[in-house]
Amino acid sequence: MHATQSDLDARTAEIVKQYQSLEGPLLPILNALQAEFGYVPKSVLPDVAAALNISRAEIHGVVSFYHDYRDHPAGEHVIKVCRAEACQAAGGEAMSARLLSLLGIDWHGTTANGKVTVEPAYCLGLCACAPALFVDGAPIGRVSADRVDILVAEVAS
Amino acid sequence: MLADQDRIFTNLYGMHDRSLAGAQKRGHWDGTGDLVKKGRDWIIEEMKASGLRGRGGAGFPTGLKWSFMPKESDGRPHYLVVNADESEPGTCKDREIMRHDPHTLIEGCLIASFAMGAHAGYIYIRGEYVREREALQAAIDEAYDAGLLGKNAAGSGWDYDLYLHHGAGAYICGEETALLESLEGRKGMPRLKPPFPANTGLYGAPTTVNNVESIAVVPTILRRGASWFSGFGRPNNAGTKLFAISGHVNTPCVVEEAMSISFEELIETHCGGIRGGWDNLKAVIPGGSSVPLIPGKTMYEDAIMDFDWLREQKSGLGTAAVIVMDNSTDVIKAIWRLSKFYKHESCGQCTPCREGTGWMMRVMDRLVTGDAEPEEIDMLLDVTKQVEGHTICALGDAAAWPIQGLIRHFRDEIEDRIKHKRTGRVSAVAAE
Repeated sequence: MHATQSDLDARTAEIVKQYQSLEGPLLPILNALQAEFGYVPKSVLPDVAAALNISRAEIHGVVSFYHDYRDHPAGEHVIKVCRAEACQAAGGEAMSARLLSLLGIDWHGTTANGKVTVEPAYCLGLCACAPALFVDGAPIGRVSADRVDILVAEVAS
Repeated sequence: MLADQDRIFTNLYGMHDRSLAGAQKRGHWDGTGDLVKKGRDWIIEEMKASGLRGRGGAGFPTGLKWSFMPKESDGRPHYLVVNADESEPGTCKDREIMRHDPHTLIEGCLIASFAMGAHAGYIYIRGEYVREREALQAAIDEAYDAGLLGKNAAGSGWDYDLYLHHGAGAYICGEETALLESLEGRKGMPRLKPPFPANTGLYGAPTTVNNVESIAVVPTILRRGASWFSGFGRPNNAGTKLFAISGHVNTPCVVEEAMSISFEELIETHCGGIRGGWDNLKAVIPGGSSVPLIPGKTMYEDAIMDFDWLREQKSGLGTAAVIVMDNSTDVIKAIWRLSKFYKHESCGQCTPCREGTGWMMRVMDRLVTGDAEPEEIDMLLDVTKQVEGHTICALGDAAAWPIQGLIRHFRDEIEDRIKHKRTGRVSAVAAE
């Protein structure tokens, strides 16, 4: 389902209006855009820039600086896999390799049916229950091979 | 082992009620208004006397930091900013506070802000902490409803507002000035210091940035007295501390312990020992990914987990995120992964860091496979020295230190690997 440009513009205008009065409004607006659309559409950035009275270069700088903001739509479910040291020590490499091969994609990839996107993350702060990953923001710890299989069965179909 | 009645975080594992009523039952928000009424000077003196050192990594005395704030406002507002951008690989202590014991943090914010003349506080939480954000926001709303925040907060006569702001996935935003930039809605690029935030911080106003744990322990310290807190640990390393132990131990955990506990006791008491026994311990990163590793033997025989002892070993306590690695670990590859992380997270503002992290990673690439020349080890060491200390913020240092630690302690392993590669034999440690 793809929103038309006028839908995007209308919804963006509402979000900008909601957060514009905050101090330091840009990040809250971008977070809200990402939450709304699942990504930050390039096409709406000029409007946001104009509303906040900053240059298009400036807003591009901010959007491209933060890793969380995507410039294209993600899959229905987003899995973030911790790639940091504590998880590696607890078998994170094998776990993520299995996950990617079951889904048949690479890092940052989305399955062909548009269901799942897998992204790497550096330390989710779940080191004491490594290896860990996030599914749509919900943390899951001690991800064994079995749990990967269950997880893939749940999200990919 | 720390006695249960001396624990500050009584709901670290979420076994009890995390709501306001539950927190009050455990003794939080008890007489907060009266603590505030004892006055700014009393609070700051008490904090200095407690010997609390910042829990975010650098270990700067918290009371002293607060005293840098101007005594009287010159017309600009004052701000307290709480750094909940816990992004250091291996570190998972603040999230437990925010998820299960959020009222310790909120109460601490009120008291700390009063001590610094701030009517507004911001908590900057990292984008990845979704559940923590919900828990903390719920707790803040609860506190507002109960009159513990807002006008005349907790009956103290002080008006106070607390805002929760969430980031968007940039490690560098954990650096205090980068965090302020990010709060203002810009790229999180660290600012030059001076001027320090206590003079010119958020929106150009005097600001103090503190770690979550540093703020969350404040109310209990004030209630139980500075001497209680300073009674734990060696002199100059006072207090209790959350340790986050991960990696090759039998039961990884986050636990509150007294400072200056020995490494052996910490692991044996709380983590069920090293996987495969103490002989299997290879190396330990004692304070989050940015401090140099220490060989397992040193840690086992005489390690004292506090700021000063680890500093003497040319490492650091950092955030007390202890990453344990046993003999199955390819330690060169582990450090390579950290180099890759720092290259990825360098904000690109300072040339030595932007370019240096890439160079270091590329040399590490070759060390991992053994394709390097033996001279490259010294060259790499030389590059780390040129990055360290030549950047605006500490990310350059943080990228350089783990590599220096690796070369200091495991140089023979790197050399062996190069030699094996040249003689055509496969090194026993190369396979992972």
